Amino acid sequence: MSAEPHYTLYHPRWYRRRVSVWWWLQNRSYTRFVLRELTSVFVAFFAGLYLWQLHAIAQGPEAYGQFLVRLKTPFFLTVDAVAFFFVLFHAITWFNLTPKAMVVRLRGKRVPDWVVVGSNYAAWLVVSGAVALVLLRG
Amino acid sequence: MVERITPLLWLLFSAGGTVAALLFPVHLFLTGLAFPLGWLEAPRQEFLHRLLTHPVTRLYVLVLISLPLFHWAHRFRYTLYDGLQLKHLTTLIAVLCYGAALGGTAMTAYLLWTIR
Repeated sequence: MSAEPHYTLYHPRWYRRRVSVWWWLQNRSYTRFVLRELTSVFVAFFAGLYLWQLHAIAQGPEAYGQFLVRLKTPFFLTVDAVAFFFVLFHAITWFNLTPKAMVVRLRGKRVPDWVVVGSNYAAWLVVSGAVALVLLRG
Repeated sequence: MVERITPLLWLLFSAGGTVAALLFPVHLFLTGLAFPLGWLEAPRQEFLHRLLTHPVTRLYVLVLISLPLFHWAHRFRYTLYDGLQLKHLTTLIAVLCYGAALGGTAMTAYLLWTIR
């Protein structure tokens, strides 16, 4: 019986209600919130895909050809389609959020939200067109 | 350490989010759907290779891959905390997320460096 007694420091007992891991399924806006947060996974997926493509381009025409063939498999087509919708969801929620995150003032007056959001979409259109123009030239 | 650089991490998060929002839909649509499904013709390797020898394109690709990875790292970190209630694994999750983003950035830089 030489074991030291084990004392716990006093502190008031915490009251914590157990919350299910699926808390975000009980309410539609919570679900939207978590789905929006999950878009980041598909953002990372696409960054990885582009890294892979970069690797294939660096290796040469043969590796690049294999990369193109691999993307035609049902697995990648499915994942890419799902990822596309999540990335789109990210873009739309991101653009719509900017006036809330950043207040733009012009000559001391606050620029209305729809102008900020609208210019985001305009920039999106222009940039997307430019990227497509460059990639479709090859 | 993570707490001290939090403002920087938020900056990377929003910069990466903007890059991903502006550029990922078109890239993903073309590379992931339009080219493989044959709707449009995929660019040839020689063309892309030549494109990547230009400093502007190199910078573009580095930004395109790196910043969204940091965006992911930051957002996914909080998704894990709140969504899966993993608050006790704070440090481990932060190291893994930002580590992956740093690793991806280093890999991109290395690959771009090898392309000549």
